[in-house]
Amino acid sequence: MNAIETCQLSLWYGTFQALKGITLEVEQGGITALIGPSGCGKTTLLRCCNRINERIPSVRTTGEIQILGKNIYDADVSLLELRKLAGMVFQRPNPLPMSIYENIVFGMRLHAPPEERTRAVLDQAVEKALTGTGLWDDLKDKLHTPAISLQLEQQQKLCIARLLPLQPEIILMDEPCAALDIAGTESIEQLIRSWKGVYTTLIVTHNMAQARRVSSHSAFMLSGELVENGLTEPLFTQPKDPRTAEYVSGHLA
Amino acid sequence: MWRRWRKLKEAFIEALIRLCGISATIFVVGIFLFVCREAFPLRHNPDFHLTEFFLSIQWYPTSEITKRYGVLAMIAGTFSVTLLSMLMAAPLGLGAAIYISEFCAPRPREILKVLVELLAAIPSVVWGFAGLTITSRLIVRFTSADVGVNLLNGAVLLALMSVPIIVSLAEDAFKAVPDSYREAAIALGATRWQTTWRVLLPAARNGLTAAVLLGFGRAIGETMAVLMASGHAITIPHSVLDPVRTLTANIAAELGEAPAESTHYQVLFLTGVLLFLITFVVNLSAGLVIRRERRS
Repeated sequence: MNAIETCQLSLWYGTFQALKGITLEVEQGGITALIGPSGCGKTTLLRCCNRINERIPSVRTTGEIQILGKNIYDADVSLLELRKLAGMVFQRPNPLPMSIYENIVFGMRLHAPPEERTRAVLDQAVEKALTGTGLWDDLKDKLHTPAISLQLEQQQKLCIARLLPLQPEIILMDEPCAALDIAGTESIEQLIRSWKGVYTTLIVTHNMAQARRVSSHSAFMLSGELVENGLTEPLFTQPKDPRTAEYVSGHLA
Repeated sequence: MWRRWRKLKEAFIEALIRLCGISATIFVVGIFLFVCREAFPLRHNPDFHLTEFFLSIQWYPTSEITKRYGVLAMIAGTFSVTLLSMLMAAPLGLGAAIYISEFCAPRPREILKVLVELLAAIPSVVWGFAGLTITSRLIVRFTSADVGVNLLNGAVLLALMSVPIIVSLAEDAFKAVPDSYREAAIALGATRWQTTWRVLLPAARNGLTAAVLLGFGRAIGETMAVLMASGHAITIPHSVLDPVRTLTANIAAELGEAPAESTHYQVLFLTGVLLFLITFVVNLSAGLVIRRERRS
């Protein structure tokens, strides 16, 4: 079963074609890395999966993306439900300008019916989300301080934690460690690995070592095309396409 | 020789630019001192009492028997008309700014911004005409008022006149909110309105407060439109349909008639000092609010 399947997906920013007929399958419960040089379209592809690309008015898309068997470009798709299903973590930690607690319950306040938004339910969700991201012990005594005051690593984990109460199936990550130091990167990677079988993770990364450390599958993109995809280890050790070989060996940056 | 000449030129240009830079300060201080100087002789004037000035509603500067110089009714007039105008202008201006910055497509956005700027460019005397011929008649038709030139009429005009300032400053405040906040909220499934209400409004709070305060400053200093369209009666208004006179309208209407150096003349200048102080405080607090935002 695949969590995400794109079929002949093309995307234009105005007249610039950023994606060229991408057909990719992302295994449910697995961790898939999107790799490739800057500007190859990997972030664009990621941002198609929750349709957040459409914030830019000049974007035009053709093709299909099936998420859990449903084409997200169908007219009857609710963007809000889609975004609940597929949470997104950004390159720069972007906690909302409110308390830690409010950041985590933000999604519930938007989506849950009023009877499920009692104090007790929210409190419990906060504890669960923070425990799930390893923040509870550090933050339990300062839940009502502004999230902006946290260190970057904690901010990024908080941005992950605030997805969890919505019970997503898919987590889309856009270079989630780009702003973090080594320790922060390690601890986020550990978290991602622990999601195997729980969430479907699609992670964009510049860092090939990171792709090898965390992912089971990788997809290599170049100039808007999907060059090669498959299990991570063979893709790195025995690439089929010469362009992949060039990139993973570090000759193409 | 050549080198020295160049050095001199450099120093001269620098001095000139510095002068331009501080000219605003020079003008503000200069005008304030001038206005104060004209009002200053009141200090020794037996006909004038500061308590009467602030606490009496009796304004009879040309009375043959006893001249009285109380501006309380006009202070009340100024504040009532300005506050009422802000009750209309703040929601309208902030709503327009929200639409322009968050809901509108890029092309109509540019058109709307130009139109808002155009609204700001309408001369206030033209607003006065509109007040006399349009809004006042509407007020007579739709309310129990016998006369349309009243507090409500003045407030409507002031609201329309200060909306452009509020819109453009509030739009700047929204623009200053990092886009990452919007993306965060949208990626969590927030609608545009939920994003605006729950994230952007709190994030832009200080900038929006400053926008309303500066709109208030604009409205309180406005003269011609309220002079023409709010009735000019010296009473403390009891309803929005009562006529009022503002401090500014009073100065504009009477200064030409007041003999120079007379008590009347000097009291009008004192009114100017009062207005100056009010707008100074309003603008200063707007500045402080903006600074607080920058720091946080």
